[in-house]
Amino acid sequence: MQILFDHLAAVLARRVDSKPPGLSRRKLSAGTSLTARRASTAAKFFLFALLVHTCSSHSLAAGASTAEVLDRIQPNVVKIYGAGGFRGLEPYQSGMIVSADGHILTVFSYVLDTDQITAVLADGRRFEARLLGADPRLDVAVLKIDAAELPHFDLGEAVEVDAGTRILALSNLFGIAIGNEPASVQHGVVSVKTGLAARRGVFNSVYRGPVYVLDAATNNPGAAGGALVTRTGQLVGMIGKELRNALNHTWLNYALPIGQLRESVEAIRAGRLVAARQDEPKQKPARSLRLEMLGIVLVPDVLERTPPYVDHLRSGSPAARAGLRPDDLILLVGGRLITSCKVLNEEMEYIDFEDRIRLTVLRGGELVELDLQYSANGEE
Amino acid sequence: MKRAVIIVLLLGIATTAFGRTEQPPIIQAVLEAEAARVAVMNRAKEAVVAVFSPGGKGGGSGVVVTADGYALTNFHVVKPCGNAMKCGMADGKLYDAVIVGIDPAGDIALIKLFGRDDFPCAEPADSDLVQPGDWCFAMGNPFMLATDFQPTVTYGIVSGVHRYQYPAGTLLEYTDCIQTDASINPGNSGGPLFDARGRLIGINGRASFEKRGRVNVGVAYAVSINQIKNFMGHLRSGRIVDHATLGATVAPDEDGRVVVGDILENCDAYRRGLRYDDEVVSFGGRPISTPNDLKNVLGIFPKGWRVPLSFRRDGRRHDVLVRLAGLHTAEELLSKIKGRLLPSPKPGEKPKLKLPKIPLPGGGPKKTKLVRPRIPMPEIVKKHFQQKRGYANYYFNKLNRQRVLKAWAEQSDTADCGGAWTLAGELSGGGAYRFELTDSGARLELPSAEFQWAAGDESGASLEPPQSGGLLLALYLWRRLALLGPEQFGEVSYLGAFPVVGRKENADVLLGLHGGVECRFLFDPADGRLLAVEMFATEDADPCEVLFTEYRELNGRLLPSRMEVRHGDDLYGVFKIDANTF
Repeated sequence: MQILFDHLAAVLARRVDSKPPGLSRRKLSAGTSLTARRASTAAKFFLFALLVHTCSSHSLAAGASTAEVLDRIQPNVVKIYGAGGFRGLEPYQSGMIVSADGHILTVFSYVLDTDQITAVLADGRRFEARLLGADPRLDVAVLKIDAAELPHFDLGEAVEVDAGTRILALSNLFGIAIGNEPASVQHGVVSVKTGLAARRGVFNSVYRGPVYVLDAATNNPGAAGGALVTRTGQLVGMIGKELRNALNHTWLNYALPIGQLRESVEAIRAGRLVAARQDEPKQKPARSLRLEMLGIVLVPDVLERTPPYVDHLRSGSPAARAGLRPDDLILLVGGRLITSCKVLNEEMEYIDFEDRIRLTVLRGGELVELDLQYSANGEE
Repeated sequence: MKRAVIIVLLLGIATTAFGRTEQPPIIQAVLEAEAARVAVMNRAKEAVVAVFSPGGKGGGSGVVVTADGYALTNFHVVKPCGNAMKCGMADGKLYDAVIVGIDPAGDIALIKLFGRDDFPCAEPADSDLVQPGDWCFAMGNPFMLATDFQPTVTYGIVSGVHRYQYPAGTLLEYTDCIQTDASINPGNSGGPLFDARGRLIGINGRASFEKRGRVNVGVAYAVSINQIKNFMGHLRSGRIVDHATLGATVAPDEDGRVVVGDILENCDAYRRGLRYDDEVVSFGGRPISTPNDLKNVLGIFPKGWRVPLSFRRDGRRHDVLVRLAGLHTAEELLSKIKGRLLPSPKPGEKPKLKLPKIPLPGGGPKKTKLVRPRIPMPEIVKKHFQQKRGYANYYFNKLNRQRVLKAWAEQSDTADCGGAWTLAGELSGGGAYRFELTDSGARLELPSAEFQWAAGDESGASLEPPQSGGLLLALYLWRRLALLGPEQFGEVSYLGAFPVVGRKENADVLLGLHGGVECRFLFDPADGRLLAVEMFATEDADPCEVLFTEYRELNGRLLPSRMEVRHGDDLYGVFKIDANTF
């Protein structure tokens, strides 16, 4: 019987410590898988799980644990400050720390169009953040700050939830939290998990995957990049950019499931989808490709980071023949992230003039991929 | 074998736990929680008020906080109402109410309802204990729906605490407020935010709308009830209440410390030793780690309060008490509340770059033009209203002045002692002393010296005895107030509730003006005894503080037997009173 008491004590201690309930759940599955091997261990875990189950459902009903959950996970959410501050574009958004050494998951937006991105932690620590990479197809970006032992979400532990699940949304909406304040938290319920693609032409969004639609007003200015979690603090999604229904002018409150983003985050951390020339030094070819060789004329490069919009195309040029159009925004060149006119020109220097290149461009809310190749005698 | 026994035992426990046929425990718990919530809300709604302007066109919400009908609401709710308003409550009745005091910068107003002496009232909580994630609910009159006076309830969680919201328009500044995602809409203004147990944690008043139009977007702010508790005495004074300034600005240095960037030489913080580049460590009992922290804490204190400040210089920590000056001059305050307060977007107007957080209008007419309805004031309101410059309602100032003086007179009973007052005894450091106070002046005899002060020299030319800050004048004014009463003293008004060093409870403070000298009389609200006199000979100098303690009964009068005199940072002396004649 001593075992029983020991485990009761352990469970109580765990409650007092307010350790992540996610931890307990993992123990549960570990316990069941062990059943065959060691019956007594399994019995211990069974009892443990039973107690945890009753304890946690009780505390949920009482609503007492939300403050404790928040205490634990609010430090994982950061405030991000960057470009903007004109024409109704707020110069801030939200993000979540996804590694102990300072990787931050956020949305890929105009706020990141600057060399001075600042990430402010819940405890007020400020860091200069670097845009490590982005996946323009999903509108997600990963920032990096130089820090260690940070509290963070483990993307591998994110859960999928069903409609009806009660959630908390943590974000720096309206930029309310400043300095050493934790981000704001809102509560709500997942109304439905559905695809944004079904609403094509209604919502002007690059992201076309499934989303969690929420019944709370979560997607306010500055909220994008914030964390959607369950009532027990398990990561569920990332709050998306503001989206307004073009037909009825209502705003959509939604989050992107972490499962949709994980691959991109891993790719960025593995060095793909990163901004050009960030990795190992490469050899420049003897003769590089240049934009004018393809017939592409960009908008004047007047800003610190001018978004590489196509201004016009020389008629009959390789770019024109490939179907590039004025006002296209160049996002990727051969899988490399292009964040400005300057970066695009630099990236071109590493491409041999005869190589075929693939451009990913944004055209009126749609992503378009084009293959281009220069030919010395190709113009008509 | 032993293991098998344990497994069987445990499985047995498990099946009994899960196998019950009644309501599953989780559903039962939800039903119970729901029933508890309904009970809490039914109780809470009794104290909620729907505020209507006399014409019935504008209004908002409010909450009764005392059984005799004092209720809190927003300043911007009562502003269009003028001085009288109608208040509907959950009992279905409409009560007349009058303005009492206003805090325009904090957007709070105190009103008084008439018609009952047993109003249901809300119990205030300690709002500093509120945490993000706590359940809370708002009650009020959104979109003016409560035509039957039954409040609307909206439920949410606390989204953030100690939030600072920059001033909107010219004056409103929300400091240290509670952010909630409970739905707050036009008309909810001034209504209560309750915690899950139905205790009052704040007054709802503001929301972030920005480009989403004038409806809730999951972000609203409530003025914390702890801040309002600090201002309650001032609001009861019938005044237009002002917020405070430290007289110094702070900025972060390279190491992230909060240091003094600029300081006025005539402010109390400077006199207490605060200098340029000192690190501010804590203020008002709260640690300061960003300049915003200081701004946030500063907002919860009324003008004139003495607040603890800790600062560090060369590694040494200094703990002092500073008197906070007013944020505005009286003229500024008056002109600002007359100004346009509520910026209202015109229909079809495109949202500007960064709209200020717009205070919620009453929910009535879109135009915020001051409506002064020509509706006669009800008799009961007329009886409880008196106009005076600088006051929201001078009637309540007189009411409190009278209350304080009456309680004092009852226990000191000195009103008929028109002759010379003498106090004599030993100084705590040794040596006899004798004070003589008369209509024409005051005199102090010490073993080594004798000091005199003659009436007519109030302007502060001779603050006898030296280093006391004007002790003889202070005692002269004490006697003057006791004998002449408020009308003949000069000008006496009730100032509000102020903290006193070494006491938990705030003191009632009367402000006496006589011959250009400002004198504060601090009274114990519990028994009316005089706790201290603070005499300010000039505006920018330390007062002479006289603290009366160790009260004893003497010839049917309760009188102090110890008098401590302080000036600035120094103790001037402690006088033990062995003999006195009045």
